[in-house]
Amino acid sequence: MAMALRSLLRNSTKRLQVRSFAAEAPKEGEMALTFAAGNKVFYNKQVVKQIDVPSLSGAFGILPKHVPTLAVLRPGVVTVLENDGKTNKIFVSSGTITVNDDSSVQVLAEEAHPLENLDRGAAQEALSKAQSEFNSAANEKAKAEAAIALEVAEEIVKAASA
Amino acid sequence: MLGRVVPGVTTPVVAVINFQQNRNMATLKAISIRLKSVKNIQKITQSMKMVSAAKYTRAERDLKAARPYGEGAVQFYERAEVTPPEDDPKQLYVAMTSDRGLCGAVHTGVSKVIRTRLAEPGAENIKVICVGDKSRGILQRLYSKHIISVCQEIGRLPPTFQDACKIAGAILTSGYEFASGKIVYNKFKSVVSYQQSDLPLFSQKAVENAPKLTIYDSLDADVIQSYMEFSLASMLFYALKEGACSEQSSRMTAMDNASKNAGEMIDKLTLTFNRTRQAVITRELIEIISGAAALD
Repeated sequence: MAMALRSLLRNSTKRLQVRSFAAEAPKEGEMALTFAAGNKVFYNKQVVKQIDVPSLSGAFGILPKHVPTLAVLRPGVVTVLENDGKTNKIFVSSGTITVNDDSSVQVLAEEAHPLENLDRGAAQEALSKAQSEFNSAANEKAKAEAAIALEVAEEIVKAASA
Repeated sequence: MLGRVVPGVTTPVVAVINFQQNRNMATLKAISIRLKSVKNIQKITQSMKMVSAAKYTRAERDLKAARPYGEGAVQFYERAEVTPPEDDPKQLYVAMTSDRGLCGAVHTGVSKVIRTRLAEPGAENIKVICVGDKSRGILQRLYSKHIISVCQEIGRLPPTFQDACKIAGAILTSGYEFASGKIVYNKFKSVVSYQQSDLPLFSQKAVENAPKLTIYDSLDADVIQSYMEFSLASMLFYALKEGACSEQSSRMTAMDNASKNAGEMIDKLTLTFNRTRQAVITRELIEIISGAAALD
């Protein structure tokens, strides 16, 4: 009995593996997403349905066969709609988005973390710290740096409380 | 004249006699000192190997995460078919090495690529940024006028994105307006092999003149500038990770070889040591026996 169960289990894992391999090879009209950050790789050339990204020129959604473009990420939440209908929300601090003419998409972030890893309390703390730093910044450069920290902290709080 | 030559001849003779008289005792001592030092060296190389093996495991794990990142950063330049402008020969080479040596040919390999390029015609338009002390050490003697800046403190800790940002900042604020360039680094292939490889660098003008850039939608100079600054940092980050992994794996092999060589040396020295010891014993026995025989 146990043997049979085990072989069944093995078979099913094998089948699962085969299926995921088949899904990974992008076909015509599909969108291969590479989503990586300095700390982790989230997607590596995986086919997905849709990606919503926050960019400096406004948030936009990317579907297969999107017109090729370049954009710069601003702090916010990237939403990835996977092929099986699952949505994956990931917070990014900054980075770039590239949509190429072969419908491959590269989202490269400096730091990225899944939304569930964000802690609201810690984010609030970081926000108030950034605020005080912004107010006490002496020169232009420090002020600009503090402004960036403030923006990121604000977005983290917004994302964590949503 | 003669007086000066004579002592010149006699002194070596005296030395030879002295040397012969206590040769065995002296060499025995010398060999044991030598043996001890080689054993110490072996201990050091062995522990260095252990340390770099541990560091290598971590570097390889990090590299796995950084690979898609680096490939993603380069993809745009390949897709948009950006080419270096022909009318502007100014080039920038970034040598990705570290501060630490004792790791085989990792640093020499990178420096050699740049040295070969600098030895070719047209080198007066090339400037070099050395990341890590080792490349500076190799390049500064002959090509110091090409080096515009040096980054230190690379290699002690695993590279982070912050490090890459600092290097990118240094490149952008160096005041050198390059048209194209290369990041020369060691690409990690397996534990036993790595290869010198390069990533392209372009100026904003080169990107704006790329033939396929027109198919990209809604671009303005601001976006391109921020995009390029960030992709420079990500490429440097990727190159740092590749370099760190190659370095650790190469150090591991180098230290393994060093321990093996030390082991061979220890074997040989032990053999000579034992032989000499026996010879000394035999000689002393002969001296005693012949002394006793003379008394009879």
